[in-house]
Amino acid sequence: MLKSNCPQCGAPVEFKFSQAVQTTCPYCRSIIVRHDVNLEKVAEMSDIPQDASPIQLTTEGIYNNKAFYVAGRIVYEWHGGGWNEWHLAFQDGTSGWLSDAQAEYAVSFPVKNPVALPPAHNIVRGQNVRIQNIDMTVTTVTKARYAGTEGELPFEYWDKTELTFVDLRSPSSHFATIDYSEDPPLLFHGEMVDFDSLKLRNLRQFEGW
Amino acid sequence: MAAKAAPPQVRSLTCPNCGGAIELRGMAHTLNAVCVQCLSIIDTKSETLQIVQKFKAKERIQPLIPLGTRGKLHGDPYEVIGFQVRTITVDGTDYSWHEYLLFNPYKGFRYLSFYSGHWNDIKPLKGLPVITESGGRKAVNWLNTTYKHFQNATARTTYVMGEFPYQVRVGDEAAVDDYIAPPYMLSSETIPGEVTWSLGEYKTGADIWKAFNLPGSPPPAVGAYANEPSPHTGSAAKWFSIAVALWTLTFVLLVATALFSSNEKIFSTLYTYSENTPGEHSFVTPIFEVKGRPSNVEIELGTNLHQNWAYFNMALINEQTGQAWDFGREVSYYSGSDWSEGSASDTVRVPSVPAGRYYLRIEPEMDDHPTDFYTTGPRNVTYSVTIRRDVPTYWPFVIAFLLIPVPAIIAVIRSWAFEHVRWQESDYATTSGDSGDDDE
Repeated sequence: MLKSNCPQCGAPVEFKFSQAVQTTCPYCRSIIVRHDVNLEKVAEMSDIPQDASPIQLTTEGIYNNKAFYVAGRIVYEWHGGGWNEWHLAFQDGTSGWLSDAQAEYAVSFPVKNPVALPPAHNIVRGQNVRIQNIDMTVTTVTKARYAGTEGELPFEYWDKTELTFVDLRSPSSHFATIDYSEDPPLLFHGEMVDFDSLKLRNLRQFEGW
Repeated sequence: MAAKAAPPQVRSLTCPNCGGAIELRGMAHTLNAVCVQCLSIIDTKSETLQIVQKFKAKERIQPLIPLGTRGKLHGDPYEVIGFQVRTITVDGTDYSWHEYLLFNPYKGFRYLSFYSGHWNDIKPLKGLPVITESGGRKAVNWLNTTYKHFQNATARTTYVMGEFPYQVRVGDEAAVDDYIAPPYMLSSETIPGEVTWSLGEYKTGADIWKAFNLPGSPPPAVGAYANEPSPHTGSAAKWFSIAVALWTLTFVLLVATALFSSNEKIFSTLYTYSENTPGEHSFVTPIFEVKGRPSNVEIELGTNLHQNWAYFNMALINEQTGQAWDFGREVSYYSGSDWSEGSASDTVRVPSVPAGRYYLRIEPEMDDHPTDFYTTGPRNVTYSVTIRRDVPTYWPFVIAFLLIPVPAIIAVIRSWAFEHVRWQESDYATTSGDSGDDDE
């Protein structure tokens, strides 16, 4: 764990997850990027849009018998609503992502050196794409807006605006997302999950529920 | 240091059109909310609460489950937050159903659909079904179950209430395909740019009334619904196993009857009767003994009648007690080159005759003055009287064998009839009376 101070406001800032590269100052909301032990303020966070996700930073859970805690998130918005990509910090130092779109949940992991993915302008809904040896079908092509980050992320992710996301599914609930914000695009692969299967703790409480 | 998530703040808003209060239950998921006072759809994400549509409705439709009602489904509480009426038009006729949007902040969104007293409990599908074929028809496969295509239609949103986590407008259209494997139904909804799949499970009104603790009683179900489980399929199978069990039992009884009936001959004599013999024609046989447990006694008459008839008045009489069983038999036999009528022999069975000493009183009769064309033979008859006791009776077994499968056959016919009614509502309706469900 790295403990330091916010280069903007001097408040204490910590990187709990050893692989974390970026975090947000909980006090002044500066986005702070870590260069070894030196911290740099790279941007100021705008207000994260209000959401109703039951997941929050510090939520803990289990996926595939591996314990994780929620270290950070990226928030996206599109004309059909918004969704969160929660950064899961696993005990073994690896990172995963729990996407929560209107309480439909998927867990995915970054795929290093994926097969060549079709370019963004050349991908349409219904198209079949073979990913990680699984035949998948493009279910949505979403033009989204990056709406902020919170907490610790395993990479720098703050200078985004408009993004194209392609979601793919397979008959066996496999799930993949292609994030076209970088070149080559980022591929995340995983599965749709049941809320109960993640055995989540420290969830957000909703009044009356 | 984690940011503490704020509780949902928007609980109600004021309609920018009419000033009416709009309650909100879907938290920050809600994109659109409906003002039921002025029928305006509001974009709840816009700072100015922009009205995205004002719609007209002939009548204010009241959901059977009021907005805000909480019920328990699959062990979790869900709250009704949205309501839509959706309509398809088939051959110029509108068919409308109700869709309830249910919300649980942890488990997400589910739906209930309601049509003519039939309900479906619907959830979004996590995977993607595979388009396939079944019996030459479109079908989909999902988790090793084949769902047969039932109907394609364009569903039009015709009324909305409450709130939705997506854009909703009256007049919205979606191409809906329903595939069935009762009690389940897979549905795909296609709008430009998106296909969504959902899985419905058939529920009765009573199920829903119980889940939501609603007062009164649910509207009765009319007709057969697409994925309504046939009430007869299970019953036909049940009746078939009952029939097999009863057949087995009947067969065992039949064998036992054949094995344990003694079929003992206790009397046999040949007699002759002539109409010309003057005086009393009745006589009694010598005494014969009926032994063993009470059992039937069979009297067999074998005659040499041809183109003639005779009537035998008989009584079986217990010598000791005087108990008598009276009966009569007309025996007649006529034949031509290619026909015959009647039989030269006949039998009588007297049931449950107790052991004892018996004799038979016989009074034969023949026509003294035959006018009948065929009655040309001699006015006499030679006949044998053979008496047996404990004769096995087989005809009840035959009747039992024939009657036992009747309930199963009725159940199968009802099942076919039900499937016929079901498929009459589909794209594969027949006019010829074909059952429609041809490959299972």
